[in-house]
Amino acid sequence: MTEMMNTISLEALKAGDREAFAHLVDETSAHIYRAALQILGDERDAEDVLQETYLKAFRALPDFEGRSSLTTWLYRIAVNEALMLVRKRKPPAISVEEPEPFDAEAESEEMEIVDFCCLPERDTLSSETRRFMDRAVRKLPENLRMVFVMRDIEGYTIQETAQALGLSENNVKVRLLRARLRLRQELSVYFGGKIQEESRR
Amino acid sequence: MSEHVHTRECKQLLGSLSEYIDGTLQEELCARLEEHIKDCENCQIVVNTLRKTVELYEQPDPTEELPDSVRERLFVRLDLGEFLKKS
Repeated sequence: MTEMMNTISLEALKAGDREAFAHLVDETSAHIYRAALQILGDERDAEDVLQETYLKAFRALPDFEGRSSLTTWLYRIAVNEALMLVRKRKPPAISVEEPEPFDAEAESEEMEIVDFCCLPERDTLSSETRRFMDRAVRKLPENLRMVFVMRDIEGYTIQETAQALGLSENNVKVRLLRARLRLRQELSVYFGGKIQEESRR
Repeated sequence: MSEHVHTRECKQLLGSLSEYIDGTLQEELCARLEEHIKDCENCQIVVNTLRKTVELYEQPDPTEELPDSVRERLFVRLDLGEFLKKS
């Protein structure tokens, strides 16, 4: 994506060149749609966010100052749009700070131990694995999913995630750990199955 | 494949794993955790696979594609219909 992005002229985009904008949409929209889908868990909502993101971006491009990369700037517009939609949909889910101690007893129950670190890339990076990983994220409860997507997929810092979601940093850390542990568990079961399949061959 | 039998120490350290793999854990706790995982194979695997899980999710997906129908509606909404085929 970066290579292609380099061929899109920022000057043209800022000047409102629609062909350049169409290129930008094609280079970035798949990622934005996927991120919105992961945050919202609903295809129609994700599509709304996608459309709103580019409508806003097109209007704001003339004022784009280049303090971040264009893709980072776009992703942030998209994440903000997605969060606004979540707030509108279910106000308490995101804004209420709940006391959330980490429960090691509960989290460590039935923990799978499968060392999948050394599996070849054809297994860990296959499109089947990707689809499984996406489904696993979408299965997370919303409060964990949003923290995980922002921090580990979109690369926000703990502080930025906390600010965007109206949570304390400690709460973000606890949710992040719980999300990561659940995904690790899902992947352990998934890759465990793969390892068994391989050994039967 | 096996299930982890946890000692009290394993459970106590579980809450620190996220910060450990991010490299933000306090020095003292970090040393304690490393001391523990030296002798606890299960915890070693949990730490390594947790790190691997995060790494896998951090990697951009080269295969991600926008469904055609979603792309089409997007281009129409953005008044870019004329570039639907060209791009």
